[in-house]
Amino acid sequence: MSDTDAGLHLHDASDHAPGDEPATGHEIAEGLLGYIVGLFLAALITAVAFFISGTSLVWGPSIPLALVVLAIAQMGVHLVFFIHITTGPDNTNNVLALAFGVLIVFLILVGSLWIMYNLNQSMTPMHMQMG
Amino acid sequence: MFGKLTWDAIPFDQPIPLAAGGIVVVVILGVVAFVAIKGWIPYLWREWITSVDHKHIGIMYVTLAAVMLLRGFIDAIMMRSQQAIAFQSQGYLPPEHYNQIFSAHGTIMIFFVAMPFVIGLMNFVVPLQLGVRDVAFPTLNSVSFWLTATGALLVNISLVVGEFSRTGWLPFPPLSELTYSPGVGVDYYLWGVQISGVGTVMTGVNFVTTILKIHAPGMTYMRMPVFCWTAFASMLVIVAAFPVLTATLAMLTLDRYLGFHFFTNEAGGNVMMFMNLIWVWGHPEVYILVLPAFGVFSEVVSTFSRKPLFGYRSMVWATMAICVISYMVWLHHFFTMGAGPNVNAVFGIASMIIAVPTGVKIFNWMFTMYGGRVVYATPMLWSLGFMVTFVIGGLTGVLVAVVPADFMLHNSLFQVAHFHNVIIGGVLFGMFAGYTFWFPKAFGFRLDESWGKAAFWCWFIGFYLAFMPLYVVGLMGMTRRMQHYDVPEWRPWLLVAALGAAVILAGILCQVAQLVVSIRHREELRDLTGDPWMGRALEWSTSSPPPAFNFAVLPHVEGRDEYWRRARLAERGAGPTVEPVYKAIEMPRNSATGFVCAFFATFGGFGMIWHIWWLVIVSLVGAFATFVVFAWRDRTEYEIPAEEVARIDRENRAARRLALAQMEPAE
Amino acid sequence: MSIAARTTAVGLGGEGAAPSVPHELSELAQKRIIVGYGFWIFLLSDIVMFSAFFATYAVLVDETAGGPSGRELFHLDIVAFETAFLLLSSFACGVASIGARAHRDAMYYGAMAVTALLGAGFLFLEIREFVGMIAIGAGPQRSAFLSAFFTLVGCHGLHVTLGLMWLLTMMAQVFAKGYRPDILRRVLCFALFWHTLDIIWVAIFTVVYLMGVAV
Repeated sequence: MSDTDAGLHLHDASDHAPGDEPATGHEIAEGLLGYIVGLFLAALITAVAFFISGTSLVWGPSIPLALVVLAIAQMGVHLVFFIHITTGPDNTNNVLALAFGVLIVFLILVGSLWIMYNLNQSMTPMHMQMG
Repeated sequence: MFGKLTWDAIPFDQPIPLAAGGIVVVVILGVVAFVAIKGWIPYLWREWITSVDHKHIGIMYVTLAAVMLLRGFIDAIMMRSQQAIAFQSQGYLPPEHYNQIFSAHGTIMIFFVAMPFVIGLMNFVVPLQLGVRDVAFPTLNSVSFWLTATGALLVNISLVVGEFSRTGWLPFPPLSELTYSPGVGVDYYLWGVQISGVGTVMTGVNFVTTILKIHAPGMTYMRMPVFCWTAFASMLVIVAAFPVLTATLAMLTLDRYLGFHFFTNEAGGNVMMFMNLIWVWGHPEVYILVLPAFGVFSEVVSTFSRKPLFGYRSMVWATMAICVISYMVWLHHFFTMGAGPNVNAVFGIASMIIAVPTGVKIFNWMFTMYGGRVVYATPMLWSLGFMVTFVIGGLTGVLVAVVPADFMLHNSLFQVAHFHNVIIGGVLFGMFAGYTFWFPKAFGFRLDESWGKAAFWCWFIGFYLAFMPLYVVGLMGMTRRMQHYDVPEWRPWLLVAALGAAVILAGILCQVAQLVVSIRHREELRDLTGDPWMGRALEWSTSSPPPAFNFAVLPHVEGRDEYWRRARLAERGAGPTVEPVYKAIEMPRNSATGFVCAFFATFGGFGMIWHIWWLVIVSLVGAFATFVVFAWRDRTEYEIPAEEVARIDRENRAARRLALAQMEPAE
Repeated sequence: MSIAARTTAVGLGGEGAAPSVPHELSELAQKRIIVGYGFWIFLLSDIVMFSAFFATYAVLVDETAGGPSGRELFHLDIVAFETAFLLLSSFACGVASIGARAHRDAMYYGAMAVTALLGAGFLFLEIREFVGMIAIGAGPQRSAFLSAFFTLVGCHGLHVTLGLMWLLTMMAQVFAKGYRPDILRRVLCFALFWHTLDIIWVAIFTVVYLMGVAV
């Protein structure tokens, strides 16, 4: 890639690498604070998740859903506080890429589970199969 | 010491593979010796093997595809001739051999012909059309190519050492499990495809980044040529789909090597999960192939109709719609596996919906031609052939998207005819159109028109002769992949199909002749202006072939069909007349990383196939070392001084001026 | 009409037409964005690969073939430690990123070392878990469930191992070449990689361990 050529980039002033520290202001303290908050939130969510999975205080059948919600929340904390993905205009491409990835993951997981569930339903029960 | 490898691996007792393998080995050794004696090795090393230039990498990809097309086509000829003969007889190919042939045919055609062809074209053209100097990660690009070549090499080695897979081009379990395929065939397939798949994912990452982040000044997304949009969509699908292939083949590999139970019949394995996952990859794969072909047609049709592409916005939307919907239809490959009417209906309807944006594209191409001054050069012929042929193939596709119909037609020759219809009519015709269209840009001289037209007609007629009978015979109930049969009604159709294959062979020979003749007459066919077709996009503003840096000064883009706009301005004398200010240009250095990586990958793959564990370890260490050496580089770029840039650019512009002046009286 | 004019017009750039996009950011900033984005796309492809393993795990989770299930095998206290180690290592990696950008040796090397130790701690616990399971006959060859478990969690562990090798390489590179822009770009990519591994671990401990025991 040429370093001396101009205009290689579409959105010069308003673009941001994913994971990069904020471009304006190199305040180390500011940066550290972000990570500390993220760590605290993530630890909190993790603790709640472990607690819920082992307790009878929460209605049993709702536990898997609660765990999923907590996991997604924690992923969000990681994305925002550690990887610095935000909804600002300088992050548009990064967010779009993430959204695309989430769509694909959703299609694979939900699609496969739905399909395999139905396929397995149509299989002869094991105890009726030969050998 | 050598794992499972013994002298028995060489097929001394099978005349056909032995002869074929022997011929290939002799030819390769001959070529290498010839090149060495002529003293071309330093040149090849410097300009091609260690090149990170997207243009050279693109040409190498297409060359790989062309060579593998010959190998895959020979498999096809063998299959057609076997089926023509094997009526109430065993033919000349025993079943174990026939099964390897149809497996190799499909594997090679998809992974080592279609993919490299498509990726090669995108490699060569996209940076030029975007008005930039190279892709985002040039060395990674080289690694991608060489890993693909490794995969092709491994698959071809199986012809001489060992055997190939007999499971078809997708290794369905339980047949592909160790219990039922104890030989090395499936392992050759797994490692060849897996290694080249890694290369492909890296290409996807490379081009998504390039297309989104690296443009000439003024080139907004909605000013990109449609070929760049289709390349973008195709690369997005690569990033989204190939990891699933990697995971699925890895699971099958774990089953075979370590006794895991993903897809076995025992211990709870689920064979159907393989089908599900492999088609999650497999359906998007065909869109990876066809989207760039659609892009080629957009470029070719607008160029040879002398009109801007009709409906640019709708083309972009249709392209992105196809990109997304392609990931929502995969179950239509296994309607008959028994997911039930609800699931089947949803995917059947989705499969019909995806035909709509494709229809939008077809109409846009037709509307582009309407009212234009159409020139029937060879690339345009391929495009017209595509429009007719692909529509027929698409219609049969919508037909099998109707689930009850598919229950009758699944795994019949109707299905085989359908996918060849769309792949040949869509992907291959598109690649041939692109090859003819961009050949002058790559090499500086055009391809001979007469041989080109002859090749087209042979392919076109040959295709219909070869595949329309297969629809008929599929409706009559003939299953695919039959080594012999005894239904007399099928025979005449299969004979016609064999004849069709022979006509296609004539087409291929015409293409070979076209290349030989064009090289021999290259001075008469020389493209001196850089624009042999009255092109529309920025690649035509460079010389043929372009200099290493593509553009002396990056063009400032003001609209779509930017080159067309400038050329017409210049014609009217309204273009700028001052020379640009030349600056020094930094280009990425060549690197042997790709080639060396592939070297270790080849030995590593071979070691895994034959269970030569020390070789695997050595290769892994070697690959890691290569990576570290690459990461330790201090100088990654070299500078072309401004005077040199100026000299090259002035030369090119003077040559173009001279050529146009000589052409002027004829206009 | 001027043929000459036609030839000078084409292939030229910046010849007095409208001004191009403003170049406030340096070329290196552009490169950093390009490299970072490219690596982000690669990470998304890696996540797609993991989702295929996740889907397989979810489909095969009940196929224990008469052998042990998750509930019988998983020790949530070990998982809690693994989770803590990885989360803290992600934090340490963040500190290292700041140190690298600020060219602060103590911060960078110190935080990277902490990241490495925590990551190694995670791997140690995981390998111990795997070895323990294999020793009691609950290895990946026992059932489809176990094949899926070992592959999914093992693939993550393999990524962590490669990450550790990369971490050490990045410490060596800064030591040898200083905070050069291309080295810093690689540190950025490494950090992205390490954080993403923690995100995937969130999915693993939720779906595999917590749901395996609770449901």
